[in-house]
Amino acid sequence: MKLVLTEEQEFLRDTAKNFAQERTPVTHFRELRDNKDKNLWDRDIWQEMVNLGWSGILVPEEFGGSNFGVAGISVILQECGKTLTPSPLFSTGVLGAYAISNFGTQAQKEKYLPKIVSGEITSALAVDESSHHDPLKTSFKAEKNNEEYLLNGKKTFVIDGASADILIVLARTSGNSGELAGLTLFIIDSNADGLNRIKLDMADSRNYANIEFNDVKCSKKEILGTIETGGETVERILDIGRIAMSAEMLGNAESAFETTIEYLKQRKQFGVLIGTFQALQHRAAEMFCEIELTKSAVMAAVQGADENSNELQRLSSLAKTIAGETLHLVSNEAIQMHGGIGVTDEYDLGFFIKRSRVAEQIFGSSTYHTERYANLSGF
Amino acid sequence: MQNLEEFRKEVKEWLDKNCPPSMRSGADASIPVDEVWGGRKAEYKNPESKIWLDRMGDKGWTMPTVPKEYGGGGLNAEQVTILNQEMFAIGAKQPLLSFGIWMLAPVLLEYGTEEQKKEHLPKIIKGEIRWCQGYSEPGSGSDLASLATKAEDNGDHFLVNGQKVWTSYADKADWIFALVRTGPKEPKHDGISFLLIDMETAGVSTKPITLISGKSPFCETFFDDVKVPKENLIGQLNAGWAIAKALLQHERAFISSFGLGSGMGSGRDLVSIAKKHIGEEDGKISNGFYRSQIASHKIKEHAFGLTFKRAKDEGGKASATASMFKLYGTEHNKKRHELMIAATGINGVAWDGDEFDKEDRNLTRAWLRTKGNSIEGGTSEVQLNVISKRVLGLPS
Repeated sequence: MKLVLTEEQEFLRDTAKNFAQERTPVTHFRELRDNKDKNLWDRDIWQEMVNLGWSGILVPEEFGGSNFGVAGISVILQECGKTLTPSPLFSTGVLGAYAISNFGTQAQKEKYLPKIVSGEITSALAVDESSHHDPLKTSFKAEKNNEEYLLNGKKTFVIDGASADILIVLARTSGNSGELAGLTLFIIDSNADGLNRIKLDMADSRNYANIEFNDVKCSKKEILGTIETGGETVERILDIGRIAMSAEMLGNAESAFETTIEYLKQRKQFGVLIGTFQALQHRAAEMFCEIELTKSAVMAAVQGADENSNELQRLSSLAKTIAGETLHLVSNEAIQMHGGIGVTDEYDLGFFIKRSRVAEQIFGSSTYHTERYANLSGF
Repeated sequence: MQNLEEFRKEVKEWLDKNCPPSMRSGADASIPVDEVWGGRKAEYKNPESKIWLDRMGDKGWTMPTVPKEYGGGGLNAEQVTILNQEMFAIGAKQPLLSFGIWMLAPVLLEYGTEEQKKEHLPKIIKGEIRWCQGYSEPGSGSDLASLATKAEDNGDHFLVNGQKVWTSYADKADWIFALVRTGPKEPKHDGISFLLIDMETAGVSTKPITLISGKSPFCETFFDDVKVPKENLIGQLNAGWAIAKALLQHERAFISSFGLGSGMGSGRDLVSIAKKHIGEEDGKISNGFYRSQIASHKIKEHAFGLTFKRAKDEGGKASATASMFKLYGTEHNKKRHELMIAATGINGVAWDGDEFDKEDRNLTRAWLRTKGNSIEGGTSEVQLNVISKRVLGLPS
């Protein structure tokens, strides 16, 4: 398949670009942060995104979605990433929609998907339990109790977990920490008894929560996918998430880079434009190349996702590694090339470096994925 | 217009009759293989190499699109595709490698006079004359336009004095196409001419260059009061810079489609080398630090390959990013060789002698050869300049 966008994807991208530039410029995010907004995303803006069909991009048409695929949602996230648009699109439109559309029972699909498409509910995926992403190390317990399961433990760093209406939770139903077998996914109402959400205050001012479960009950009907094989299922959901997050991070990087290039063409010191300095030109040219490599890696991973490629895992780790490294580089260089103004809160660049470092951790850092890439490549 | 299927049949029959057995796939491995560059000094270990060159040259099929009046094949694009397909089908060897074909001929077709085309193109196409390229000078590397080899107007001839460097295979070539300064008072770009010089002319001499990697095809070429007939000037006097640039584009097109050949170093696999010399446990390279460096490198290599594919899929409109491919391709290749010799340990810096495997000794030399990759054909720094100015539009 060719590494170019289809007309449909170009249309989605253009729509998203207009939306992000007009409705959610970086000032929108700044306001939410300054106002210490409860959710750190705006309900009305989210509803506008829903009305554009974005929460249903990964949902089959029979449940009201458009089924435009990972390629469709990724171009939107990339454009939203350019203005740091905060919304539950990643947690709901990617993770929730993909998980339930692909692994849900007919009853689960009927129950949740139309509500995701209409914006009535948002979702979150609860996997991590420590400061580092490592799904196999799950020790969070789900024990069978007649027709129900009792869930106990603590989940950390749940994206949009402070606001989500439903949670998809990875739990151990058998075996020990470190084993792939014995993991199971559950769909839980976030208002369930015994569930306690602790909102996190992270550097990027987005919505995250740690969530404690104390004998939270879950019907076996709410098992997502098959019991005991949730390890494989969640890996697939995570890979889709990693690829979509890479697209958003690519958008972050492109935007910070563009801002920097514009600055190099305007800022004068020593009586000349600083963009004439070769020391800066060469570093800018290197960033350009890194971004080009990132575009290719993300696009190949996105296509791999939609084609169910047997290379999907490797492509996902490739994209997340490169996107993480590129955004890391660009967010650092953008500040350095701007000089003093770059480290002021008044200027937007600080938001990009803060977002960069949090996004780098989401579903595995570049280090995690470099190692995974090596494992998957047979060395 | 001849029917294409008829043409295919003709080609097939001709190849069947004229392509010698040792010039096809499945040839007897004991027959020596020639790298055929043609020319007056050519030597053939396998006589069929010469037969194959002569037959293809007579047909004009070494440059199939060039008009027949200049010795070419006179074929259209569809016919060339058919010719290539049929040659591919029998695994026919390329009959001729030639700077004349890759670089000079396109320039002659665009800038040469009728006489010049008739004189030089047939000899290029038949492989009778082997050409070399006289561009760089000791004082003019990246700043090529500062070149100083001078050609003075002496009435019926130019008198050429100066020195060229990095002239590949100058010691084996019959003629050289060279950039010379004919306008010493003009601004540097406006005083350059494009001149053809017979290497047998009195006053021309060459000296091979030994690289840090050992023997190389590169030479220095000296011009000491060399008389060059006026009719050997291509294009207008002092208008050679435009021709030089056009030729560089042909050269880059050639490099990006064929690579730099053996100049790109070793084709060995980094992971296999690491597993062999460092060891493996459960399929993993046993030293974690090497392993992580190799993994990071492999990831970049993968993304670079995908970027190459994307540029192709976008329809080659990314000519502005050719500099990126030159930059990353060569820098990446250098890094790969550094990792390979590091993984090979002491054997990776072996120079000669039977105590070391030949492939490891070759690796040492390949590693050193790659150091030239980011210099030849425009340094990495020049590529970064091009990207920052032409792609990013940063001010001068």
